[in-house]
Amino acid sequence: MTKQFAMPLLGCLLAALTATATAAGKSDVAPVNDELYAKECGACHFAYPPGLLPARSWEKLFSQLSEHFGENAELAADDVKALTTYAAANAADRSTHPRSQKIARSVKAGDTPLRITETPYIRGEHRELPRKILQDNPQVQSLGKCNACHTHAAQGSFNEDEIKIPGFDRWEN
Amino acid sequence: MNNKRGWPALIGLSLCTAVAQAAVVDDMLVGYKAAGAAGFDAARGEQLWHKTFPDPEAAGKTRGCGTCHTDNLKERGKHASTGKVIEPLAPSVNKERLTDPKFIEKWFTRNCKWVLGRACTPQEKGDVLSFLRKQ
Repeated sequence: MTKQFAMPLLGCLLAALTATATAAGKSDVAPVNDELYAKECGACHFAYPPGLLPARSWEKLFSQLSEHFGENAELAADDVKALTTYAAANAADRSTHPRSQKIARSVKAGDTPLRITETPYIRGEHRELPRKILQDNPQVQSLGKCNACHTHAAQGSFNEDEIKIPGFDRWEN
Repeated sequence: MNNKRGWPALIGLSLCTAVAQAAVVDDMLVGYKAAGAAGFDAARGEQLWHKTFPDPEAAGKTRGCGTCHTDNLKERGKHASTGKVIEPLAPSVNKERLTDPKFIEKWFTRNCKWVLGRACTPQEKGDVLSFLRKQ
């Protein structure tokens, strides 16, 4: 009898612990919580949480919005200032969130990557993906579309069991 | 609740949007005049809208407003490189258009540089806005 209840109880306990951890702000990466950032960045692409790049990367990126990966993404000066401040303050190297810290640690001190997908940690995590699920998959195409496969990316959660690759029922890593 | 009561509110709301839109555009035109523009001409704006310019990145190709917005302002457009869907520009089918001066200026800045390779003059912006508001 006791054994019958022990497992579900343990499960409940674990779930409760996980919930507490999430509520305490320990998702992989802090989700975006700035209205202007969500609006302006999200107008053209997934609004990448600042915890995915070091502060120096965000500062450089926001200083050259007229050349934003081949697009002109210029904004009013006051907005650029507010966005830079927000992104830098919540950057990977200033975060207490576990995956942000891994990203920050993976970038060499002298490097200032502008693409999240250029950071060694993110590259390493995605290194063995075949073309058919990424580049040749019309619903994905690029590693930059985090939320195409990471269903909880907007919540700052990038757990493996939340991955759902469009066009593929099952993906075994 | 009956539906009849809802109608005046609904009509009132869309009237408000139209009034707000007119006020926003009027204010911007005043600003462009103050910045040196003369009178505005919707026909001239329409010409600029349909004009094409050489694409600096691809020999023989051209760029224009319609590259992303399509030539029909009442239709949805598609961003030339990212593929992002762009809602129609014509205020007659998209009530959100021409209601936010900051939004308008932001896209004038970005798109004039992409299409013309330079910032638009207050005259050009006023002409184009005068054309757009009638669509």
